[in-house]
Amino acid sequence: MTAQGPIQAEFEAGGGTWRFPADRPLRLDSGARLAPLEIGYKTYGALNADKSNAVLVCHALSGDQHLASTHPVTGKPGWWDRFVGPGKPLDPERHFIVCTNVVGGCMGTTGPASIDPATGEAYGLKFPVITIRDMVRAQAMLIDAMGIDTLFAVIGGSMGGMQALQWASDYPERVFSVVCIAAAARHSAQNIAFHEVGRQAIMADPNWMSGAYLTAGVRPEKGLAVARMAAHITYLSEAALQRKFGRELQRDGLSWGFDADFQVESYLRHQGASFVDRFDANSYLYITRALDYFDLAAQHGGVLAQAFVGARRVKFCVLSFSSDWLYPTPESRDVVRALNGAGCRASFAEIQTDKGHDAFFLDEPLLDATLRGFLGAQAQARGLA
Amino acid sequence: MSGAPPASIREDFAEILKLVRPGARVLDVGCEDGELLELLTHEKQVDGQGLEISAEGVARCVARGLSVVQGDGDRDLDHFPTRAFDYAILSKTLQQMREPRHVLSELLRIAEQAVVSVPNFGHWKVRWALLSRGRMPETGALPEPWWSTPNIHLCTLRDFVGLCDQLELRIDACASFGGGQPARAIDPRAPIENWRAETALFLLSRKREPEPAAAPPQNLFGEVDLPKADEPAPKKRPRRR
Repeated sequence: MTAQGPIQAEFEAGGGTWRFPADRPLRLDSGARLAPLEIGYKTYGALNADKSNAVLVCHALSGDQHLASTHPVTGKPGWWDRFVGPGKPLDPERHFIVCTNVVGGCMGTTGPASIDPATGEAYGLKFPVITIRDMVRAQAMLIDAMGIDTLFAVIGGSMGGMQALQWASDYPERVFSVVCIAAAARHSAQNIAFHEVGRQAIMADPNWMSGAYLTAGVRPEKGLAVARMAAHITYLSEAALQRKFGRELQRDGLSWGFDADFQVESYLRHQGASFVDRFDANSYLYITRALDYFDLAAQHGGVLAQAFVGARRVKFCVLSFSSDWLYPTPESRDVVRALNGAGCRASFAEIQTDKGHDAFFLDEPLLDATLRGFLGAQAQARGLA
Repeated sequence: MSGAPPASIREDFAEILKLVRPGARVLDVGCEDGELLELLTHEKQVDGQGLEISAEGVARCVARGLSVVQGDGDRDLDHFPTRAFDYAILSKTLQQMREPRHVLSELLRIAEQAVVSVPNFGHWKVRWALLSRGRMPETGALPEPWWSTPNIHLCTLRDFVGLCDQLELRIDACASFGGGQPARAIDPRAPIENWRAETALFLLSRKREPEPAAAPPQNLFGEVDLPKADEPAPKKRPRRR
């Protein structure tokens, strides 16, 4: 289980970059092999003696491993800081919490901005297309390297939720419980459509240079910002946008031009501009593609329930948000019905909120209560409490 | 199984506890905060799944370690596969369903046996309230005024037995309780019981094999290899794997 390569033998406490030797490639769904593989990761807490308290948290499209600690680029608190910490549902006093940057990402894990050993330059579009399953396979390699046999929980929201479902499907004997928040078992036509808008925005930026911008020393910032702006709208709800901004203006009166007159415009521009500081445009292309390719049922002859037949001992908690129009509640219900169909024991609740898809980062008392209750009860069942 | 159940439990729960086989797979429809499922898990080591209409109820159940899906007995039973459970329990809520007949039929598609309790509208107190005062009855089993009661499909014991006959269901056991009387086994077809029983609890099964699953909406949940209903249910879950 702990077959480690010669390059690195010790994990850095709290996180770092794990380097797999070149003879241990990541086997990709496309058939390609990715080597050498590096995985950027963060850990919180300590692994207990029988290695039964490990929790893997999977991040969303634009997230990274900086779950509950200051982000090195933005200086902001971790993306799930409100959920991870002493006394919080994920508690480093009790859990060993692992979060890895996904394959294809740009925060320490091998991705299109990494150096291609064949050319000595950034991969760019030579990077192989990756899938959600590939991301999970890479995580499993890291978990193996850590000597962890079974994860107490795999938890994720949005794309992280998809990874959690993939874990249950691919490694059912290695997960005790799974939490899937605001996700889906496949990308809908609308999901793919929005991603295509984002990708086209990036590719239309002259600085994209057919993906070779890093070699040329430029970045397609405008295209990436537009992609982020479009996507960001899908993370909110109409009600939340209306409540936050309405038709409020930035200044007194209209500019009679194309400045950001409305507060909502200014907000989106800010979202786009700050995103480009911390995200690589090609990573955005690759990760959105992985999401679009995701279809758990298709991996199992078109029958979603078949994906979970091996997972009858895994406890599932599936949650959705009433105003999420990116991965709306029926998508989560499909997952739950397939779980029931496969004979798995699952819990599901739709949390009433007007905050849209992004509610899982925000203060939702019922989300907290449900997750705290689920993890507490599962910890007891696992003998951790 | 594991000694006498705690003394303070609801009387219908105590009856259900007697009926359910240890280690069985149980679906509790309308499980509220999971009291019955927890009791069954502790006393009978059942493998339980709940269906509960409110997200808050689900949160409370989940904190008890139960698996509960937010859903509605009227709409969400169709998605469970045939014979996925040994027992489906519907406690005092059939009369609140929009389509009790369909719900009853679904319970016995999903499960080998159904445990269903219903208040008896033929109980003498109900008849007396109508006869003497000409008003909708408010009794121990039916405590709410007509304008706020969730009960939209009330029936008498005889009505319920008639529906069971129509659906070709076998009544494997029946008990009455309520009104401060100790629970007792009854013959639900005896005319006197239609006067005496305040609430009746039935254990039902099908006389014939059920029709195949009520056509899932898409093949997404199509046929999978489910464990056979007669497979021995898992024993008490080990605390650790």
